[in-house]
Amino acid sequence: MSFLGKLSIEAVPYHEPIIMITLGVVALLGLVLAVLITKAKQWGTLWNDWITSIDHKRLGVMYIILAMIMLLRGFADAIMMRTQLAVATNGAEGYLPPEHYDQIFTAHGVIMIIFMAMPFMIGLMNIVLPLQIGARDVAFPFLNNLSFWLTAGGAILVNISLGLGEFAKTGWVAYPPLAGLEFSPGVGVDYYIWALQISGLGTLLTAVNFLVTVIKMRAPGMKLMQMPIFTWTCTWANILIAASFPILTAVLAMLTLDRYMDFHFFTNEAGGNSMMYINLFWAWGHPEVYILVLPAFGIFSEIISTFTGKRLFGYKSMVYASGAIAILGFIVWLHHFFTMGSSANVNAFFGIMTMVIAVPTGVKLFNWLFTMYRGRLIIGVPVLWTLGFMVTFTIGGMTGVLLAIPGADYVLHNSLFLIAHFHNTIIGGAVFGYLAGFAFWFPKAMGFKLDERLGKYSFWCWQIGFMLAFMPLYVLGFMGMTRRLNHTDNPDWNIWLYIAAFGALVIAFGIFFQLLQLFVSFKNREQLKDTTGDPWNGHTLEWSTASPPQFYNFAHIPHIKDIDAWTDMKERGESYQRLDKYEPIHMPKNTSAGVLMSAGLTTMCFAMIWHIWWLAIIGFVGAIAVFIKRCYTSDVDYYVQPDEVERIEDAHLTAASKGVKA
Amino acid sequence: MSIRNLSKLAFATIVLLLAGCSGGVLDPKGQVGIEEKNLIILCTILMLIVVIPVIVLTLYFAWKYRASRDFEVYTPKWAHSTKIEATVWSIPILIVIALGVITWQSTHALDPYAPLKDKGEHLTVEVVSLNWKWLFIYPEQGIATVNELVIPANKPIAFKITSEGTMNSFFIPQLGSQIYSMAGMETKLHLIANEPGTYKGISSNYSGAGFTGMKFNTIATPTEADFDAWVAKVKQQGGSLTSESYKTLAEPTEYHPVTYFGDVSDGLFHEIVMKYMKDHGSMDFYSKPKNAVSGKHEGHHMGVEE
Amino acid sequence: MSTVAADMHHEHEHHENNNVFGFWIYLMTDCLLFASFFATYAVLFMNTAGGVSGKDIFELDFVAVETAALLLSSITFGFAMIAAHKQNKSGTLLWLAVTWVFGVVFIGMEVYEFHHLIVHGNGPQESAFLTAFFSLVGLHGLHVTSGLIWMTIMMIEVLRRGLGDQTVTRLSCLSLFWHFLDIVWICVFTVVYLMGAV
Repeated sequence: MSFLGKLSIEAVPYHEPIIMITLGVVALLGLVLAVLITKAKQWGTLWNDWITSIDHKRLGVMYIILAMIMLLRGFADAIMMRTQLAVATNGAEGYLPPEHYDQIFTAHGVIMIIFMAMPFMIGLMNIVLPLQIGARDVAFPFLNNLSFWLTAGGAILVNISLGLGEFAKTGWVAYPPLAGLEFSPGVGVDYYIWALQISGLGTLLTAVNFLVTVIKMRAPGMKLMQMPIFTWTCTWANILIAASFPILTAVLAMLTLDRYMDFHFFTNEAGGNSMMYINLFWAWGHPEVYILVLPAFGIFSEIISTFTGKRLFGYKSMVYASGAIAILGFIVWLHHFFTMGSSANVNAFFGIMTMVIAVPTGVKLFNWLFTMYRGRLIIGVPVLWTLGFMVTFTIGGMTGVLLAIPGADYVLHNSLFLIAHFHNTIIGGAVFGYLAGFAFWFPKAMGFKLDERLGKYSFWCWQIGFMLAFMPLYVLGFMGMTRRLNHTDNPDWNIWLYIAAFGALVIAFGIFFQLLQLFVSFKNREQLKDTTGDPWNGHTLEWSTASPPQFYNFAHIPHIKDIDAWTDMKERGESYQRLDKYEPIHMPKNTSAGVLMSAGLTTMCFAMIWHIWWLAIIGFVGAIAVFIKRCYTSDVDYYVQPDEVERIEDAHLTAASKGVKA
Repeated sequence: MSIRNLSKLAFATIVLLLAGCSGGVLDPKGQVGIEEKNLIILCTILMLIVVIPVIVLTLYFAWKYRASRDFEVYTPKWAHSTKIEATVWSIPILIVIALGVITWQSTHALDPYAPLKDKGEHLTVEVVSLNWKWLFIYPEQGIATVNELVIPANKPIAFKITSEGTMNSFFIPQLGSQIYSMAGMETKLHLIANEPGTYKGISSNYSGAGFTGMKFNTIATPTEADFDAWVAKVKQQGGSLTSESYKTLAEPTEYHPVTYFGDVSDGLFHEIVMKYMKDHGSMDFYSKPKNAVSGKHEGHHMGVEE
Repeated sequence: MSTVAADMHHEHEHHENNNVFGFWIYLMTDCLLFASFFATYAVLFMNTAGGVSGKDIFELDFVAVETAALLLSSITFGFAMIAAHKQNKSGTLLWLAVTWVFGVVFIGMEVYEFHHLIVHGNGPQESAFLTAFFSLVGLHGLHVTSGLIWMTIMMIEVLRRGLGDQTVTRLSCLSLFWHFLDIVWICVFTVVYLMGAV
C-alpha cells in the first residue's frame, strides 16, 4: 500500500471534458470570490462573524446558502439526466455513457435529499425556532456550529468526488450486493458512505440540540400546546431524526465493514443477507421523507394563518395530525419493496398502514382550507407557494396512496410513475415549503424584503415547470418505462421525454429568477428595508424582534399567554415596549472548535475513502483533541451589559415606531 | 386560477387516454395485468372523490377570501368548529377504510406467489438474472434461452426467479406483476398471457452499467402446439448448458443476443440458488431434493424476517 | 461593552441541567444504534455458512466472569457518584479507579475472546453469523473503550479541578453512559451468549 493509499493522479478524470470544464468553472468562481473577499478585506469578518459563529440565526443563513449551492449542483445533474434521456431515444446512446450517467443520478438523489432539502429545512429551523419559543439561543450553541460544519463536510466530500475518483454508481439507495465490493470496487460507494455518515452525525446532533431547546428553553408561560405550529412540526421532525438516523448510521457502518474488512452483512457469500440492508435503509429512509415534509407543513400553516390575518384553524388537530404522521411514518417502510416477495398478509398490512397516513395529511389540507375560509388572504409570494403546494401535493398524495396498494405497486414499482410521485411530494411539498418559508422569513433574517415581482415569476416557472417535467413521467410510468434507464428505444415515449426535458428548462428559469430576485433585492435593500421587524403582521414571537434580530434575540423574555403570542401582545398593547431597566444578558462566545473538529473528521472520511490510514488517524485524533481542548476552555461566555442592550433596543424601537406609523 | 385547474384535469384525462393504448401497464394482455389495471382505475376514482374537492376548494377559497374582497365575512378569531373537525377527520377515514378493504382483498387475490386459480396446470419457467441478461430455463422441456421468453398463450406460467449476482426485478409490464430476483433466494411469480403476441420484458431494478440493455421479448404463441414446435426447434438448434458453460455465460455482457440451449444439465437452477443459499443456516439445503429436476424444492417467502 | 463572566451564575445551573437531558436523548439514539445491530444479529445468527455456530464457540463461564466485571463496575461507579455528590474528592477518585480497573478487565477479556476466535479461524470474515457477532459485541466494546478513555480524562479533571458543578455534571453524564452500557451488555449476554449457547 502506497503512502497515499489508493489515491494517485489517475484519480483525476482529465479525459472527461464535461467534468474538467465544470471543475474549471468552479475553480474560477472560487478564485473570483476569494479575490473579492480579499479586496474587501472581509476574511476576518468571514471567519469571526460567520464561520466560527454559534449564533443560530447566522448558522441558519449558512445552512440555507449551502442548500442553495447544492440545489444548483443537484439541478445541474437533473438537467443532464433529462437532456440525456431526451437525446438518447430510438436506440441512440446520447452523450452520457452509463459510467458517467449512473454517477449523475446517484449524486442527484443524494445531493437533493441530504445536502439540499435537509440543510434548507434545518436552516429555516435554526433561524426561526429559537425565536418562536422566546429563547436566546439553542441549548448547545457550540454543538449547533459543529452540526453545520459536519453537514458542510459531507457536502464537500460529495463535491470532491467530482474531481477525484468517482461517485457511487448504485442509485441513491446503494443497495448491496451492487454496492458491495464485488460489484462496486471503486471509491464511489465509499464517498457515498462517508459523506452520508458525517452529515448524518451533524443532523443527529441538531435533533438532540433542538429537542432539548424546545423542551427546556421555552419562554415562561408557553405550554407545549401553545408552541407555534412550525415549532411543533420541527419538533416532530427532530423526534423522527433522533429515532431514525441511528439506523442509517448502523446500516452504513455495516456496509463499511463489508467493504473494508470483508465482513458478510450484505454479501451474497457466507450467508450475508442483502434484504436486511434494504429493510434497515428504508427504516431510516421513510421517516426521512417525513422529516423533510413535516416542517414544510408547519411553514404552510404559519403562512396561511399570517396572510389570512386569522388564527390557524384546528391547531390541536394540526399538532396531533403531525404526531400521527411522525409515528405512522415509522411503520410503513416495507412499502418500498412490496415486490420482494413478502407474503400477502405482510404486504397488505404495510399497504394499509401507508394509506392511514393519508388521513392526518388530509386533515391538514382541510385545516388549511378552513384557515382561509372567512379570512382576508393577501396573495403574496409565500401564499402563492402555499397554494401551489396545496394543489400539487394533493396530486402527489393521491399517487402515493395508489402506490401503497400492493396490487398497483406490482406494476408501478420502480417505474417513472414512482419518480413522478416522489418528486410530486418532495418538490410540491418540501421544496415549495422551504421556498415559501424562505420568502416569508427572509426579511426577518436579512432585514429587507424580497422583490415581489421576481418572486412571482420564480413561482410560476417552478409551478408550470414542475407540471411539465413530472406529469409526463406519470404517463411514462404507465407506459412501462422504468427508472435509471440510460437510453430508450420506444418511439411512443419520445414526446413525453421531450416535454419533461422542456419542463426542467422551465424550472431552470424558476431558479434563475430566484437568484435574480436575491440580487435585485440586495441592490434595492434600502427601499425594501423592514424597519418594524414585523413586515407581515405576524402572529408569533419571531416578529417581535428586530429584522435582523438582535444577536441576543430578546432583551426581555416575554411571558406567554397565547398560541399567537405576538398577536396577543399587540392586542394587549404590550408590543414594542421600552423597558426602564435592562438586565445583563448571558451569551456564549464564538468558537473555532466546531469548524476545526469538522475539518479533522472530514479529513478522516476523505482518508478512509482513499485508504490513507495514517491521515485518517491524524484527522480523527485531531478532532478529538480539539473537542477535549474545547471542554477545558473556560473562556466560553460573556455578559452583554445593560447599556449596550439599551442602545440596541432603543435603535430598534425608534426604527419600529417610524415603520409602524408609516 | 380555476382555468388552470380545469386544464390540469383535462391534461390528466388525456394522459390516461394516451397511456391506455400504448403497450404499457394500462394495456394489459394477461389476466393479472387486467386485474391490476382495474384496481388502479377503481382506486384512482375513489381518491378523486376527495382530491378534486380539495383542489377546487383551495382555489375557490383563495379567490373568494382574497384581501380585495373586503365585503366577505371576516372572522379572525374563529379557529375551531367541532362539526368541521369531525367531518374533515371522517371523510379521509371513510375513504381509507374503503381503500383498505380493497387493498386487503386485492393483495391476497394478486399475490404473486399464489398459482392462478382455475387456469389449469402451470408451465414452470426458471428465471435467472445475470449481468446483464436474462436466462430462462424450462425444466420440464430441458431447454434454456437467453433474452427470449416463449410461452403458450392462455397457459399459466409459474416463474421461479433468482439472480446470479446483483438484484434485478423481473417484469413484463403488459402481463402484470413484477418480482425481485435476488442471489441465494428464490422468488416466485405467476402470470398468464390471455392472447398471443410479443410483449416487452425488462429488469425494473437498476443493477449496474449494462442494466438498460436487460431486455427480452416475451412471445406468447397462439397454441400449445406452436410452443411445442418451438421447443423442438430449440432442442435441435441449441447448444448445451452445463455448470461449466454456465460460468462462461454468467460473465458480464451487454445486449446479449438471443441464445438457445437445447440441453440443460439437471438441476442447474437449483445449483445457482444453492450456491449462496446453502450458507443460510435456517434450512437444510445441503442435499439436493429428489425432485430437483422439476425445480420443486422449497423456496421460502422473502421479506421481513424476524 | 461586555465583560467576561468569570463567576458562576444561576444560568450555569440551567445549562448543566440541559447537558444531562441532552446526553440522555443522545443515549436514546445510541440505544437505537444497538437495536439495529441486534436486529441484524437476529437475522444473521443462523447463517453460519457451514462454519461454527454459537454453540460451538461460546464459553459461558468465561463470559459470566466478564459480565460480573462489568456489573460490578456499575455498582462501583454508583459509589463514585455518591462520593462526588458529597464533594468527597478522594472517595470519588478511588471509586472511579476501581470502576476503571473493572472496565479494563472486561475489555481485556473481550479482546482475549476475539483474539482466541480469530486465531482459531473463526474471525468475522468467515460467516454472516460471525460478522454479526463480532460487530454487535465489538460495538459494545468500542463504547466501553470510549467510556474508559472518558473516565481517564474525568479522573484527571477531578484531580486537578475538584468537584465543581460542571465536573459533577460531566460525571453524571458518564455515569448514565456507563449504566446504559451495562444494560446493553445484559441484552448482549442474554440474546447472544445465553440464547446462543443453548
